[in-house]
Amino acid sequence: MKTSTISRSAAGRRLLQVELSGAELRLTVGGVWELGDGIPDPGPVADALAQGGATGAAGAAELKRVVVLCEGLERADSALAAYLVTIYDLCESSGVAFDLAMVDAGLAKLIGLARAVPERTGTGRKGGRLTSFDHVGGMVLGGWHELDGQLLFFGEMCQSVARLFAGKARFRLRDVMEAVEDSGPRSLVIVTVISLLIGMILAFIGAVQLRRFGAGVYVADLVGLAMTREMAGVMTGIVIAGKTGAAFAARIGTMQAQEEIDALTTLGLSPFDYLVLPRVIGLSLMMPLLYLYACAVGLAGGMLVGTTVLDLSVLQYWHQTQNVLRISQFMIGLSKSLVFGVLVAMAGCMRGIQCGRSAAAVGDATTSAVVTSILYIIITDAVFAVALEVWGI
Amino acid sequence: MSTLLPRETLISEEALILVEDLDMVFAGYVVQRGVGFRVGRGEIFVIMGGSGCGKSTLMKHMIGLIRPASGLIRYDGESYWDATDFRRVEIGRRFGILFQSGALWSSMTLAENVALPLSLYSGLGLREIAKLTSYKLSLVGLRGFEDYYPAEISGGMRKRAGLARAMALDPDILFFDEPSAGLDPISSRRLDRLLLELRDTLGTTIVMVTHELASIFAIADNCVFLDAESRTAIAWGNPRQLQMSCGHAGVREFLGSGEGKEP
Repeated sequence: MKTSTISRSAAGRRLLQVELSGAELRLTVGGVWELGDGIPDPGPVADALAQGGATGAAGAAELKRVVVLCEGLERADSALAAYLVTIYDLCESSGVAFDLAMVDAGLAKLIGLARAVPERTGTGRKGGRLTSFDHVGGMVLGGWHELDGQLLFFGEMCQSVARLFAGKARFRLRDVMEAVEDSGPRSLVIVTVISLLIGMILAFIGAVQLRRFGAGVYVADLVGLAMTREMAGVMTGIVIAGKTGAAFAARIGTMQAQEEIDALTTLGLSPFDYLVLPRVIGLSLMMPLLYLYACAVGLAGGMLVGTTVLDLSVLQYWHQTQNVLRISQFMIGLSKSLVFGVLVAMAGCMRGIQCGRSAAAVGDATTSAVVTSILYIIITDAVFAVALEVWGI
Repeated sequence: MSTLLPRETLISEEALILVEDLDMVFAGYVVQRGVGFRVGRGEIFVIMGGSGCGKSTLMKHMIGLIRPASGLIRYDGESYWDATDFRRVEIGRRFGILFQSGALWSSMTLAENVALPLSLYSGLGLREIAKLTSYKLSLVGLRGFEDYYPAEISGGMRKRAGLARAMALDPDILFFDEPSAGLDPISSRRLDRLLLELRDTLGTTIVMVTHELASIFAIADNCVFLDAESRTAIAWGNPRQLQMSCGHAGVREFLGSGEGKEP
């Protein structure tokens, strides 16, 4: 039996002839083989092997050998070698000999090189497609792992704080000052803009509704309460999470990636004391101050809208605000912002410490630090809201 | 001896570092099993093997960064990982460590990097520390770079500064993770000479991970070969003897190829 298939590349420059004669499959290659023309499909050869190979269907003439012949081969790059290696693999898996004796010595050597080291098995990266069960399972296990990591960090943090109060924690004051500077003076502009706008937005929303009942003056109550109890703390928390928390994660993550943290550990310095503690201290010092500043700016924003849109006098607005704001409102906001400061610093440092050892991991750590911080802030805020409601404050 | 000694022999001889039957697990998979060797006082000891066989991981076990899955690491007979955290830090004060990338603290100048271990443990005043710091930096050819930050100098210089930091406290044991990777041939030979001098003058024991054959043959007294395939240490002994008479062809091939062939 003798069958033959001839295929050409689209440009017609490449010649590939598959010829089956008895126990031998002749593969004739010629013309120009370039990657630009693509790599031909091993289909015809694969079919022949499936029918006639040692493991193939019974009855068909048994295929013993695949011979590669070069005929008028002008030029060949990796396209030819890659094609032949594919055929080589196919032959091997169906127990058929692959004969390269007739091809150019250089090409044969290249193919030999590609086959010199057997494919590493057990690399675990060829598990096939994942089903949705795998994904759900992975998510559950990942979530558990995540919780585990956070608890571990929290535990280490508590120990570190205990060492701080025992006077045994060693860290640089310079790191505290750096955190203070980054979250304090260098955040003032953004906090000013955001607080002013939030104050104005609250006043506008209030003004539209309250004016209908002729209760425009209560805009001062609305802005005052909302700013001091909620918005000032939450908004500064989120701003600092995006700015300082992310910077912590990037800084510590880079240190982790470059083995700097290992160098600290082997020197007998705890990375928690040396890196995390000063940043937590710095942020928890600055957040309450930022909160007070944000309150002041927010109230000013409200007053701006109140006096211009609602035609209230400054004095009127001020009196109304004074009437509604008690010191307790500020205490609530202050304690919240202190907690936010600790949480944002912890989330940033945690993602940095947990960072992997590559540049991509540092990027992930930074993103994750912001997401985690915001999540912590919102959850804590909700807990505060419920607790205050229960206690009736 | 070109093959691994039985455990009894390991213990009977006096050794500074003794690794017994160490199993290493990293990120959930077994890196090496049953690794055992002995490092004598004042010895230059090389951990070698192909890429990815766990050389650096072994070193991380020895310096306290990864806890072994099982097995013991002893310093002067004392089990390192069974000691309390406090005691482990104390033992660790005898170490000087050079990491693969240098691992200088990027927020500190070179002088501050070298000075930190000194200010933590030496009990010296600021002026003495400054003097010692510039002496250590000049040992590695970095005099005048005291106030540079790690980001401002080249990779090779960073590595040398890392070496200066590792030597800051005149440690008993120096650990090097691929010290000559990224160094030019001249600096690399200079480093070899420096190591020999450290050993001869201060009696420093040196443990290093490397696959630079030239430097293995030039300075190593003993070495252990970790095999990636069988995941265990398949040879332990003097590199020249191993090259000639090791029972494992893989070890002979590793030591025989390249410029290190001529002893």
